[in-house]
Amino acid sequence: MGEAIVVTSGKGGVGKTTTSANVGTALALMGKKVCMIDTDIGLRNLDVVMGLENRIIYDLIDVAEGRCRLNQALVKDKRFDELYMLPAAQTKDKNDISPDQVRKIVEELKPDFDYVIIDCPAGIEQGFRNAIAGADHAIVVTTPENAAVRDADRVIGLLEKTNISRPKLVINRIRPNLLKSGDMLEVDDIIQVLAIDLIGIVPDDEDVIKAANQGEPTVMNPNSRAAMAYRNVARRILGETVPLMHLDEKTGVFRRMRKFLGMG
Amino acid sequence: MNVKSLVTIKGVMDGLVFLLDDASELETLLDELEAKLEKHEQQLSGPIVHIQIKLGARQLPEHDKERIRSIIRKQGNFVVQSIESDPLPVGPADYSAYKVETVTGMVRSGQTLEHEGHLLLLGDVNPGGTVRSTGDIYIMGALRGVAHAGCAGHAEAIIAASLMKPTQLRIAEVISRPPDEWASSEPWMEYAYLQDGAMQIDKMAHLHHTRNRALQAKGV
Repeated sequence: MGEAIVVTSGKGGVGKTTTSANVGTALALMGKKVCMIDTDIGLRNLDVVMGLENRIIYDLIDVAEGRCRLNQALVKDKRFDELYMLPAAQTKDKNDISPDQVRKIVEELKPDFDYVIIDCPAGIEQGFRNAIAGADHAIVVTTPENAAVRDADRVIGLLEKTNISRPKLVINRIRPNLLKSGDMLEVDDIIQVLAIDLIGIVPDDEDVIKAANQGEPTVMNPNSRAAMAYRNVARRILGETVPLMHLDEKTGVFRRMRKFLGMG
Repeated sequence: MNVKSLVTIKGVMDGLVFLLDDASELETLLDELEAKLEKHEQQLSGPIVHIQIKLGARQLPEHDKERIRSIIRKQGNFVVQSIESDPLPVGPADYSAYKVETVTGMVRSGQTLEHEGHLLLLGDVNPGGTVRSTGDIYIMGALRGVAHAGCAGHAEAIIAASLMKPTQLRIAEVISRPPDEWASSEPWMEYAYLQDGAMQIDKMAHLHHTRNRALQAKGV
């Protein structure tokens, strides 16, 4: 029996879909059987980020309304045999499906997969309630901005009222140079306010944008720092203890030498 | 000399309403009720009559209500339907009667914690969260949201927090917005109070100057 993990944030644009795609792919990379569900009905993106847009035949609403069987709607990934995606409908909206219908679909998927990753839409309305309906665990994504942290706090409050286990935090899009100058919220400050366990910090990385536009999840790129961060998140989901990565910019030979000599 | 009758009887559609004076002694009142009923014994016999009793502002324990019922029951055809007092006056209850109650948890954005009496919160109040209490508010944790002490009107209420970083503080009717008005970055525990209608912040150790309660500490 697999676990269902919802990726949510409250605020839009903090990287829920990117996180879902990359964590899902990273888990598949580690040999797990993964299904990703896009619940952002009407504004589906996960298929675009995964580069699977042109393979969609049926969607979540079709399954819910019984127009097709669940495994007819599952889109198999082009890179991994054990990675699937259930796309959202683009022509409907969030009120066209109920939390109970989503829960039923998630329950149906869990026996066949190790992980079911649910990509949640922004907001705390019907779309949010649909997305969290079938979830066992939650990952809350935030960025080091006050507005995003406020919304994350709101969402954590709502998650705590459900029977989902204690949510885990991903801090996305950290810019080390802004951190150093003190112009960005510190990771420690965010954790102090939100008071939940951190499961990953992801540096801002241009490769993420490039990769998303090419429909290739960043985790596939071995040189990207964000990719490493997402792989670390996946390893922590699997229960490994992985230290947080250093956020400093790439250290050159010269700086490493200075550090070695105790001058850095 | 009986200037004003302590018991007024009114007829309503489905029976009688007894209005009992709420300022007199209970014993006098019961005597008069009994006397009045005896006087009217003749008139009041007959078919069953429903009686509503209104006590005004008087609050009575159950055994006293039972005494009223037994007096009225002496009239065989009277059935007491209800004994009512006016609802308790809303507004500031006695401040010194407030008890401290402990609540454990985090008040997150969008959540409001409302409380009667003094509130001891073990946990944080995050930005966007609100704690409201009719008495004092003590927070063992960080206050980053809004706290409103004495929200029923008590200006002597205080707000104390281990980490005082509120979005807004309110005591009774006074609202204060740090850091526009004051800023705190002190490493010790602080509390907010009202002085001449203005919000003040001081360190916890100074509270006894204003409250001035002798401490019964053991020791030499």
